[in-house]
Amino acid sequence: MKVHRLKIMRIVLSLFFLIVTSLLFLDYRRIIPDSWFHVILSLQFVPSLLKFSTLLSLSAFGFLVVLILSFLFGRIYCSTICPLGIMQDVTAWLSRKTRSKKNRRYHHAKAHNILRYSILGITVAALLFGSTWLLLLLDPYSNYGRIMTYFLKPVVVGLNNVLASLLQKKDIYTLYPVSIPAVKAAVYTVPGIILVLTLWMSASKGRLYCNTVCPVGAFLGLISKVSLFHFRINKTACTSCRLCEFSCKSACIDLKNMTVDNSRCVTCFDCLDSCNFGAISYTVRKPAASVKEPELIPVTPAGKKKDFDASKRAFLLGTVAFLAGAARISSAKEYPKNARPTTIPEEKEFPVTPPGSISIQHFTGHCTACSLCIDACPSDVLQPAFLQYGLAGLMQPVMDYHAGYCNYDCVRCTEVCPTGAILPLEPEPKKLVQMGLAVFVKESCVVYTDETNCGACAEHCPTKAVHMVPYKDDLVIPETTDDICIGCGACEHACPTEPFKAIYVNGKNIQSVAQKPKTEKLENPLENTEDFPF
Amino acid sequence: MKRRDFFLRTAGAGLGLSAVASLGGLHPLMAGPAMAAAADMAAVRGGEPNVMFDRAIAAMGGMGRFVKKGQKVVIKPNIGWDVPPDRAANTNPLLVKRIVEHCFNAGAKEVLVFDNTCDAWTKCYRTSGIEKYVREAGGKVVPGNTEGYYQEVEIRNGKKLKSAKVHELYLAADVIIDVPVLKNHESTKLTIAMKNLMGVVWDRRYWHRNDLNQCIADFAGFHRRPDLVVVDAYNVMMRHGPRGVSKSDVVNMKAQIVSTDMVAADTAAAKMFGTDPASIRYIRLAQEMGVGTMDLSSLNISRIKI
Repeated sequence: MKVHRLKIMRIVLSLFFLIVTSLLFLDYRRIIPDSWFHVILSLQFVPSLLKFSTLLSLSAFGFLVVLILSFLFGRIYCSTICPLGIMQDVTAWLSRKTRSKKNRRYHHAKAHNILRYSILGITVAALLFGSTWLLLLLDPYSNYGRIMTYFLKPVVVGLNNVLASLLQKKDIYTLYPVSIPAVKAAVYTVPGIILVLTLWMSASKGRLYCNTVCPVGAFLGLISKVSLFHFRINKTACTSCRLCEFSCKSACIDLKNMTVDNSRCVTCFDCLDSCNFGAISYTVRKPAASVKEPELIPVTPAGKKKDFDASKRAFLLGTVAFLAGAARISSAKEYPKNARPTTIPEEKEFPVTPPGSISIQHFTGHCTACSLCIDACPSDVLQPAFLQYGLAGLMQPVMDYHAGYCNYDCVRCTEVCPTGAILPLEPEPKKLVQMGLAVFVKESCVVYTDETNCGACAEHCPTKAVHMVPYKDDLVIPETTDDICIGCGACEHACPTEPFKAIYVNGKNIQSVAQKPKTEKLENPLENTEDFPF
Repeated sequence: MKRRDFFLRTAGAGLGLSAVASLGGLHPLMAGPAMAAAADMAAVRGGEPNVMFDRAIAAMGGMGRFVKKGQKVVIKPNIGWDVPPDRAANTNPLLVKRIVEHCFNAGAKEVLVFDNTCDAWTKCYRTSGIEKYVREAGGKVVPGNTEGYYQEVEIRNGKKLKSAKVHELYLAADVIIDVPVLKNHESTKLTIAMKNLMGVVWDRRYWHRNDLNQCIADFAGFHRRPDLVVVDAYNVMMRHGPRGVSKSDVVNMKAQIVSTDMVAADTAAAKMFGTDPASIRYIRLAQEMGVGTMDLSSLNISRIKI
């Protein structure tokens, strides 16, 4: 049977997007060049919108493309670009493969308008108040990223490690074992719930999740109501065989009333493919007056009418609010409410955010915790936060200096971040971004307690903000210079004392610029020395 | 080495043999056992790292004295930091490459190179140039990044360090060549051959926590010691060690010390640096433990000026 070309196009494109997007998260050997990340993720709606809100430049134009696509063709994003949506298509397809023909059928269902528009409304409202809290939990791209990072990547890395250890016995070291730092169980809960929910919903009801829970789906659905191209049933050609309805994973084809709910349609084109009589078409929307089949417009009961109005209002509100929320985020410069208070001297007043994240406020207000930077970081210093940013910041990356430290010459997280939470930095300016300041606790230091030399902190310090000064006898003890400290955490990571480190980095609420490390000319000690002083 | 020679070498399957053929019989790589008695230590000045090594190893009796046919050689350079070669925080890659070539010429079956780095290991291996140069010479670059590679061993004579997790290759090697770079170290004053061995163990924090100088000496006293020590003092970091801040920390000393005794190598290198070896506690401790000698006058030293 000939498959409709639009459907083929959709499948090819969607698999392409799904695979390349997944690879970004699963690339545990970090082979994919930094510059590819932006290209691949440029069309992800929420990240692009957030990035635009910061840069206010058209370089983050992806969301505009998605908006235009939606106005023209409907929810193309949902069917071909959104990785969570495509993952559900795959699950739905697989689950249907295992069923009898009759059980494969989808059936028309009523829209869950109150639910989907409420979620959209609350998400937008939160955004208006400068909180990405719900967006972080519900953005489909970010959820997919977390599913990759916390569930699939460990499996891939596990397989790699088994293979690596087998090859190692034969002195082959092309594969090497990779360790993934353990994360708090709480971090698994959100992606875990979303994974179970999407797998279950898609296996049983197709794109139900996208039309009930997903705020992006609801938002783009509102646009699809007025999109240029839309699906329409030609009553004269239709034999009411219901094949289109049975094929519709969005349950949006109502054959009783001969209508298609374009707000729920994810433009998968399966219906076009299913119809043997060309009775369902994807054509340019005609103005209501010129529609030649007025009898096809169902007589809407009062309740339905109200729904329609409500969604119209929600559409307007949504559009305005999304943009207003984005604008608000970019202008907000408040003291963060989620910093931990200073109670114990060793405790950090602020968590450390990645280089280029401007401030805690900016970072937590733009990061959707997609976890891409966590995967991309070559030193494992970026780890999902537990409560460092408060409950709303669960899973947002934090610089964890017990897991690693920020590699001085590395700017990878700044290059890959799709939301603008971490802004791009060149290596040289990055070396001067002050993310925090080293705090030395003399009373915990080995040199003080044991009176033996250590110096691990100064050893690792790339700027010599931590350096050793004479102490007793032959001993040297660390000293810190704030103006050249960048808070990379090398000192904290290397410090051997436990459980509390004798040197740690206190994060900065707002990142600043450090002084350049001193580089006076060395007096040449080689002059006037013999070739072989022995 | 000429670019043309390199292509000739890699083109042939028998890497070592083709090298000898293409470079000609007078090339230092061909140097057999020296006529005079092999030196205990060779100190060279004034050449490029590879040239100095050719001369030094010839004076030591040729690589054949240390590497026999079919043996597995492990080279341990310092690859601790994600900085380029001119910063002298890592061992000179050209030197490492030349050592690999000499090993193959002596008949080595395999030459493996690794370090348990401080900065992110993939970046260190790449930025240091060592990964590329070792592969060019036909050697294997081995990761040291996961605990799984390390096996617990007892340090019998250790005073503070009673046991350590040591990289399996260090334990399995037929020949170990320790190739440190001489540089300043803010806490232990200098890092040379003995300190470089911190990169073959997993838990360095324990050393720092439990009298670093004693632990360095303790591990130097571990029964499996390097068979050959090559101290790279071509570019030397004079301050801000061991990572350094900029090129202004580095001087072009153009020196190299080759020895079979880590304590002697560290002593000679310290003198070259301009530091009294007796002021470096781990060198003193290692001598007291009988690891080697600080008395350079007792050694047959070949001094070579290029």
